[in-house]
Amino acid sequence: MSASPNRMPRTADFAAFRDPDLARELIARINALVADRVIYLMEVCGTHTVSIGRYGFRSVMPEGLHLLSGPGCPVCVTANRDIDRAIALARLDGVIIATFGDMMRVPGSSTSLIAEKAAGRDIRVVYSPLDALDIAAQNPAREVVFISVGFETTTPAMAACVLEAAERGLSNFSLFCANKATPAALRAIEDDPQTRIDGFLLPGHVSTITGAAPYRFLVDEFSTPGVITGFEPVDILAGIEMLARMVISGAPDIKNAYPRGAHREGNTVAQRLCAEVFEPCDALWRGLGELPASGLRLREAYAAFDASRRFDIEVEPTVEPRGCRCGDVLRGRIAPGECPLFDRGCTPEHPIGPCMVSSEGSCAASFRFKDR
Amino acid sequence: MDMRSMDEQTVLLGHGSGGQMMKHLIDDIFFEAFGSPELVVGNDAGVAELPATGRIALSTDSFVVTPQFFPGGDIGRLAVCGTVNDVATSGAHVRYLSCGFILEEGYPLDALRRIVTSMADTAREAGVRIITGDTKVVERGGVDGIYINTAGVGEVPAGVDLSGANCAPGDVIVLSGTLGDHGIAVMGQREGLAFSTDIVSDAAPLNHLIAAVMDAAPHVRCFRDPTRGGIASTLNEFAAASRTVLEVEEQAVPVRPEVRGACEMLGYDVLQVANEGKMVAIVPADEAEAALAAMRSSRYGKHAAIIGTVCELACGTEPYVRVRTPWGSTRVLDMLVGEQLPRIC
Repeated sequence: MSASPNRMPRTADFAAFRDPDLARELIARINALVADRVIYLMEVCGTHTVSIGRYGFRSVMPEGLHLLSGPGCPVCVTANRDIDRAIALARLDGVIIATFGDMMRVPGSSTSLIAEKAAGRDIRVVYSPLDALDIAAQNPAREVVFISVGFETTTPAMAACVLEAAERGLSNFSLFCANKATPAALRAIEDDPQTRIDGFLLPGHVSTITGAAPYRFLVDEFSTPGVITGFEPVDILAGIEMLARMVISGAPDIKNAYPRGAHREGNTVAQRLCAEVFEPCDALWRGLGELPASGLRLREAYAAFDASRRFDIEVEPTVEPRGCRCGDVLRGRIAPGECPLFDRGCTPEHPIGPCMVSSEGSCAASFRFKDR
Repeated sequence: MDMRSMDEQTVLLGHGSGGQMMKHLIDDIFFEAFGSPELVVGNDAGVAELPATGRIALSTDSFVVTPQFFPGGDIGRLAVCGTVNDVATSGAHVRYLSCGFILEEGYPLDALRRIVTSMADTAREAGVRIITGDTKVVERGGVDGIYINTAGVGEVPAGVDLSGANCAPGDVIVLSGTLGDHGIAVMGQREGLAFSTDIVSDAAPLNHLIAAVMDAAPHVRCFRDPTRGGIASTLNEFAAASRTVLEVEEQAVPVRPEVRGACEMLGYDVLQVANEGKMVAIVPADEAEAALAAMRSSRYGKHAAIIGTVCELACGTEPYVRVRTPWGSTRVLDMLVGEQLPRIC
């Protein structure tokens, strides 16, 4: 991991990372640098997708610089089968489902959590898994299941939650665990002969936990550069500039444009916490299929908190929505607008695929900011 | 009926029975607080004067907010402000309100009294009178505590014809103050998120502010209060009605830092968050400064700002709203779809 780029503000003051003059300068540099080259960059993180849309960057990038959205929206990569399982759990008598808000509207094979809530199931939106513990404490006669999705950024909170549940003796709390690991998805995309990615904007928040080491294989095995990137306008532009520079010079490396958040080793306390509670397992990703050691499950010592082991559920047969190409969007094979359903049947109001549901989904962002 | 029923601390089904208990409830709580002669006379309809301009403006709104008390206001203040502001956007002088209450059996009478007092105070502040009302009580679980409907009526001065369809290229968008305060205050209260104790709802009656702007900018095209859906909905509605493109300078939009921070944390666009005490006015460019000064001279318009312009629609394209960022890029501002749901990380 190299040192911070010289033009980045060296201050903790947020305003510096929103400085319009600096942003304009970076936009001009990127345009001069890329000129008429054709470069495909992928932003891995859903928050990057939304930020790029909200900052309007596509309207000022060089024509040949393509910013593709990757598999970094936790809701989007959750397999239909897992949504169906969550719904099956919601249908059990006496169960309270606690979930993050964006999971509510994701369609499973035949229904969604929000539709199940309207039908009378007890499904509650929470902001932290710790809120679910409080619900469990307040409802000792009910079973509370937290639907756990997310990447390395959210996993430590889940681990802390399980440990706290154990400490508080909350025997009516469990986790439905569909957490995933980012590097496995990047490998799957690199292995895909139909996808061309010249460089990755690596997720700043995830890297805060993991550090840079998990991305090293991109350079060593695929000669693809990556830049750990923050989320303010100047962060993202600096990340794009560093990445484009490496692509053009043919000198791939993993660099860090987010040194105020992410460090080489990452957050070792959080890493230890996760390793104590979870172990890797194979996991099914929407669009990417089953990827080895890409998911997490609770270790045997915490099996009592594992909803999958605790409840015997009947899951409906998985039906994938016809014509939906979320999988290809998540791999970077096509842009959202190239899906035949985009704005023709699939809209944020009536989403067919998950990429149109979550606010961080690439299709929803593309629709919302009219980046098409 | 036992006269001591009013000493009970909660609403009972009998309070909606049409009998003695209901009469006591009305006398002791509603008449006591509202006290307008048209109401207290006790007829089925409130009868009152309305200067004859030949046209009235009439609007109604229902209020179901949870929690009923939040920083900066309560459901009663909202119920008056919401309808007063809706009627006032037509340019009408708002005169009278009706109010209908649907109460849940078991609702604390003390809370009801606080809400009704707040309505009376807000009506007084707005200079309007509540002249008729209705009360129903439903069984426990039938409603979430208390629902309120209000309707308002006012007279439209001769020659006033405000409409979103009036917006024309070159016009200026003036906003009366900071965005997102109400939505975030209620959200914080509802979900127990301790963002900051400084975020309070902006709920306010804006009829006087509107009147001041109309005096200062006689050719004002239209007003709208950006409530649910935020200013994104308001501006998209104006663009569609007038077949124009509205452009907002992001940097010019006043937002409190703590509200901005809360929005970033939750993944909300502050332009889509609800307000209850803000007004958007579209005015011709040469009256923009006068309109701005009028807003700023109002108690509820201290942070008013010019935030954008109305632009011509390119041939063969559809109306939309565009946001220009401080670094020169643009993005499209859409209406919020469905419910605002917080994101994962």
